[in-house]
Amino acid sequence: MPDPIIRIDNIIKRYGPLTVLDGLSMQVMPGEKLALIGPSGSGKTTILRILMTLETISGGHIEVDGAQLYHMPGNGGLVAADERYLQRMRAKIGMVFQHFNLFPHKCVLDNVTLAPMLTKGMARPVAEKRAMELLDMVGMADKAKSMPAQLSGGQKQRVAIARALALSPKIMLFDEVTSALDPELVEEVLNVMRKLASETDMTMLLVTHEMGFAHDFADRILFFDRGRIVEEGKPDDIFRHPKQERTQVFLRKIIAAGHRV
Amino acid sequence: MIDWSGYIGLILQGALVTLQLTVLGSALAVVMAFTAGLARVSRFFAVRALATTYIEFFRGTSIFVQLFWVYFVLPFAGITLTPLQAGVLALGLNVGAYGAEVVRGAVKAIGREQREACIALNLTRYQSMRHIILPQALPLMLPTFCNNAIELLKGTAVVSLISLTDMTFQAQVVRAQTGNTLIPFTVILVLYFLMSWVISRSMRWLERRMTRGLDGVRA
Ligand SMILES: Nc1ncnc2c1ncn2[C@@H]1O[C@H](COP(=O)(O)OP(=O)(O)OP(=O)(O)O)[C@@H](O)[C@H]1O
Ligand SMILES: [Mg+2]
Repeated sequence: MPDPIIRIDNIIKRYGPLTVLDGLSMQVMPGEKLALIGPSGSGKTTILRILMTLETISGGHIEVDGAQLYHMPGNGGLVAADERYLQRMRAKIGMVFQHFNLFPHKCVLDNVTLAPMLTKGMARPVAEKRAMELLDMVGMADKAKSMPAQLSGGQKQRVAIARALALSPKIMLFDEVTSALDPELVEEVLNVMRKLASETDMTMLLVTHEMGFAHDFADRILFFDRGRIVEEGKPDDIFRHPKQERTQVFLRKIIAAGHRV
Repeated sequence: MIDWSGYIGLILQGALVTLQLTVLGSALAVVMAFTAGLARVSRFFAVRALATTYIEFFRGTSIFVQLFWVYFVLPFAGITLTPLQAGVLALGLNVGAYGAEVVRGAVKAIGREQREACIALNLTRYQSMRHIILPQALPLMLPTFCNNAIELLKGTAVVSLISLTDMTFQAQVVRAQTGNTLIPFTVILVLYFLMSWVISRSMRWLERRMTRGLDGVRA
């Protein structure tokens, strides 16, 4: 049994008086595909943002790929990580956002090549060759010279996926990557993700309200409620035979709202 | 009959001084605006405090007083400047203080989402600023920079007070010597207008160039 690639240990996250994550612990194995589901405000986005170091934490520890994420060795123990240390840790993790966050002043190709050239010192021809392979994989090679403003939402999101992949992270985080899209554009993005899941051994954490997709995509489902993991298990178990009352209520509501399971 | 050609030549010489002041003053103002504007968003308190002090001081006192300080008081501290140097320094520092707030505002206007994308792509703070934030913030600054440059142009007239022979100074000389007000002041009116017209046209051209491809839409 290999070591977990992510070890989240008793994480507390507060915004003022509001406790958003309440002693959250979980582990993720290398290559595992995880779907995080649960009601709005339950802390799913927050834990992904914490893994991407976009937030600070109020307590607890996170280990990623064998090293502490928010702490580094120092003073004979652990001290708060500095910017340089975080920089090194971030290289292991990539994230795709709900609203794409493409760079509007750069063409599709430059969006993908920028970070590898700046952070890995990759030469332009090398970066472009790799970028074209990735754009090809997400079906966007013919739009390499387009500006983001000329693309549909689904196309933007596929570029954003290629952009994150260009840094070859070990772990990819997806936060509701289809929920800002028109319904007819959702499938093209999900198809890319299916391909990614089957063709790579990347560890993937996915927050989604697409229950059908979560079922097919994930090795394991985590059900979040009020800053805790209430139930976890294989997709079939969670969706067909949820044990916890709160999970059952949540899934019933989702089905009533017309979502596919 | 007055021979106007010599007088007009005098005013044109003044126009050259005004032009020099405007160009050099604007250059200094841009440097100060970026230095202080970026310092205002620094994560170091001392850097922010220094920039705030500069901005508040130069916005809170008049250009007139600043010019007199630079020209008449600095010599007591052993710094003697030519009238042109003093004019450029006072104008540049004054307008730069206003520009700094423009830079800060534009940088802040590039939202959280772009910054977070930079972090997720592991760019350093400097790289994010240089490649992502500033290129998008620049077009937002230009319209206000254009106003500032025109304000600076009009502000140059104040240097006649330290006997710098700019356009306004020369118009007054001509008026004193000829007793005619209409002609010299009409000439400089037109010249001021032409100069500000050139400024606003070139700024608009720059703005169009920079926003090319963005189509006014942000992803
Ligand atoms: N910057 C912030 N300041 C204050 N409260 C915040 C902030 N960000 C998130 N929260 C709160 O934290 C809680 C958890 O938010 P989070 O975004 O993690 O929920 P979520 O599970 O992703 O929900 P959704 O399904 O709606 O996206 C919510 O109550 C939210 O209002
Ligand atoms: Mg969310």
